[in-house]
This record gives sequence, structure tokens and C-alpha cells, in this order.
Amino acid sequence: MPRNDNKRFVERDRNWHPPAYAPGYKTTVARSPSQAYVSMQAPSVSELGGPDFTRLRMGPHDNDLLLNFRADNEAQAGLPIGERVIVFGRVVDQFGKPVPNTLVEMWQANAGGRYRHKKDGYLAPLDPNFGGVGRCLSDDEGWYRFRTIKPGPYPWPNDINSWRPAHIHVSVMGPSISTRLITQMYFEGDPLIPLCPIVHTLRDPEAVETMTGRLDMARSRSMDCLAYRFDLVIRGEVQTYFENQG
Amino acid sequence: MQQPNSQPCAATMLRETASQTAGPYVHIGLALDIAGLPPREEEIWNRLASPEADGEAIELVGRVIDGNGDLVRDALLEAWQADAHGNYQCEFDLQAPFNSFGRTATTVENDGEWCFHTIKPGQVARRDGRLMAPHVTLAVFARGINIQLHTRLYFEDEAEANAACPVLNAVESPTRRQTLIATREEGEGKPRYRFDIRLQGEGETVFFDF
Ligand SMILES: [Fe+3]
Repeated sequence: MPRNDNKRFVERDRNWHPPAYAPGYKTTVARSPSQAYVSMQAPSVSELGGPDFTRLRMGPHDNDLLLNFRADNEAQAGLPIGERVIVFGRVVDQFGKPVPNTLVEMWQANAGGRYRHKKDGYLAPLDPNFGGVGRCLSDDEGWYRFRTIKPGPYPWPNDINSWRPAHIHVSVMGPSISTRLITQMYFEGDPLIPLCPIVHTLRDPEAVETMTGRLDMARSRSMDCLAYRFDLVIRGEVQTYFENQG
Repeated sequence: MQQPNSQPCAATMLRETASQTAGPYVHIGLALDIAGLPPREEEIWNRLASPEADGEAIELVGRVIDGNGDLVRDALLEAWQADAHGNYQCEFDLQAPFNSFGRTATTVENDGEWCFHTIKPGQVARRDGRLMAPHVTLAVFARGINIQLHTRLYFEDEAEANAACPVLNAVESPTRRQTLIATREEGEGKPRYRFDIRLQGEGETVFFDF
């Protein structure tokens, strides 16, 4: 295995990401550390390395949520209800360098805003033809793509009447556990985005823009589906040229 | 096109996509069985080592506890560790005897306890040649956690290596250093190490920024 500790990553800007304690999102109050994090001045291979998933065997429809979950009951087997969409984008690092062959995973509610999860009891019904999970590897140029339906907004107990904007949870590994990132893609123009307490955990409105999937008519397919583009930017990789010793 | 050298370097670099909580339904995406979804061809889960893997088979178990002392029953954890010889196996391959990466979760059903089946990692050298004590890097994701928390699990029966570990020693408070040490129990036929992660307050686990 190549030792890959002659690189480092651009420091994560913790004022750009949401802070651990963000009381408008009530669950953070008891789940946020109160002590300072210990900064690793000399990251080792334990931080700089990470898993490579090119050999993970995937099914043929793992990135196609229209097809990867069908009703057991043959009579009902069909396509999920909802707006058909392609969600695609490019994984790049902070220097704009494409990140190939990296694992991108996503999960979402169905068109009614209901998750296929044991613990979700929202009154919107399950869709017998929709599971809500996808995964793929980015290609040689960093592109990833999913086909799915647009998820619905859903209510959640935070304030008296809090609603999540329509969103897709997106997870990316990148070349290292240092670049690991989980975010959510919102849909351009959704009026619920500025009302959401989870969106409000971010202090910089520009940071919210980085989580907005953009309608891409050029990539939409006539008589078939709309396309939303969502590029993922992960930490930039820097080679270290000089030894640390003086 | 921007003229070279005409703007500060930070302005020529992209900002990272912002993080958001993995939320209460993270299992649908990253732990399908826990959500109640059928498995796909291959899943990433908590068995890092098969019986053929070199080294001592062990179990890692623990809970995640919030600032009120209550169990966090919807956390997802990711582990990253070296093999018994101190090498990371970066190529994830479920056919291989050992993988450096795994996932686990705490749930209501398992009484808030997470678990990894693995082997005891060997010592890993830093670039400066100093050896770090055997450790497992853990990332914690959950509802109410806006960006994952990173910690390290060390082993109580490695007292000598722990005392010399440059990363453990970077934790200034000896009391807080103790929050990174897993305690040994006799498990079913193999040693089990217990490591509770306290998110906040008394006995708060040390979290790292890297
Ligand atoms: Fe959600």
C-alpha cells in the first residue's frame, strides 16, 4: 500500500460549516461537545488515508431509484409516484480537481415526504415502488448521477410547525477520511429553504448556496424527466514538498 | 479570465460544500438493515475481519451518550483502523480477510450499543517515525450532529505504547486523555473492549480536528 502521508488537506473552515451547538435546531443542544476539539498538528496516515471502493460490488440499479425497489406484489410492481428527476454533478476538490472513483451515497423521502424507515410514522403513505436509497462511484472525471423522484417536504418536531424543504441526503467519501462529508441537497427555488432550522445552522448565506441543486434544462430529457445539477466540493489536496525538520 | 496574482489566494480556491446533519433516517442510506430495507449486492458493515485475518480477533462495543446522560439511539459510526501489522488496507474488498473501514449503528433494539468485529490493530508510524499506540479512528454521525465528530479509541492493555503515543500526549489534560481508552472485558471467546462516547458534559470524549 502506498504511504500517502506526504500530502495534506486544506484545513476545514469550521466557521463555514454549521457549529456543533446551534440551538435553533434543538437536538444539537444536548449533542454538541462543549470542550474544544484537539487539533492534530501532524496528521498521520490514520487521518490522511481512506477506503477505496472501486471493488465494492454494486447492483445494476443501485443509482436508479426508479427501478431499485419494486413492490413484492407483482400486480402493484411499477414505477414510483412523483416527479421524475435526474440528480447529477461532479465531485471536485477545492482546487477544482475532479475526484474520480469515489463513493457517493444518497437517501431520501418519497414524493409524499415519507421515509421507508421503521421509525418514520408520518401520515403520508409509503410508496410500494420506492425505497429511497442510491449509491454510485464517480466516474473518471468525477461525475456521478442518480435517477429518482423529487422528494416531498415533511413536518418534524422542532418548532411548533417546522417543515423540512424537499431534500436529498448526500454522502461522499473522497480520497481520505479527512474529506468525508455528509450534506443535503435542496432544490433551487424551494420557499421552505429560508424557513428551515437545519438550514439556519449555517451562518453564511453563501454556504447555503453550496447545498442548492440547480435546475438544468439542458440536461433534462423531453417527455421524460427534469435534471438537477449538484456539484460536490470536498477538501483540497496539497502535496507537501519539504520535510518538517529544520 | 482572472489575471494571475491579481487576487488573494483564498479567493482562487473553492469553498467546501457545507455539511448538514445525517438526520434520524441515515440508516436508509448507510445502514439499510437497520432501516428495514433489503440488502444490496454488497453492504459496508461492522465485520472488518474474517476468521482468516492475521492478528487477535476482538470486539469493540460501546454506547453514545448525550449531555443529559441519555443514550443516543440513532447514531451511525464509521471506523478506520490498521491491520495487525500496522498497515491500512485501503482497497475495500469484502472478499479480503481484513478491511480497514467499517460502519455500525446504535439503535433502540440493540439498547443503544454499537459493535465492531475486528482485530487488534498494530502500531502505526507517523511520518516523523514516531510510533502511535494501537488505535481505531471513529467518526460519529447522528441527528443533532451538524458535522461528524472524530475521535480515537485506544486500548487499556497497551499502557506502555499509550504512554509514548504522540497523539494521546497532544491531549493536554490527563483526565481527558482517559476518555480515549477502551476498557477490556472478556467477551464470548475473544476479548471485548468497551468504549462509551460522551458527546457533552462530564467525561466528555476528546474529539479531534484534522
Ligand atoms: Fe431528511
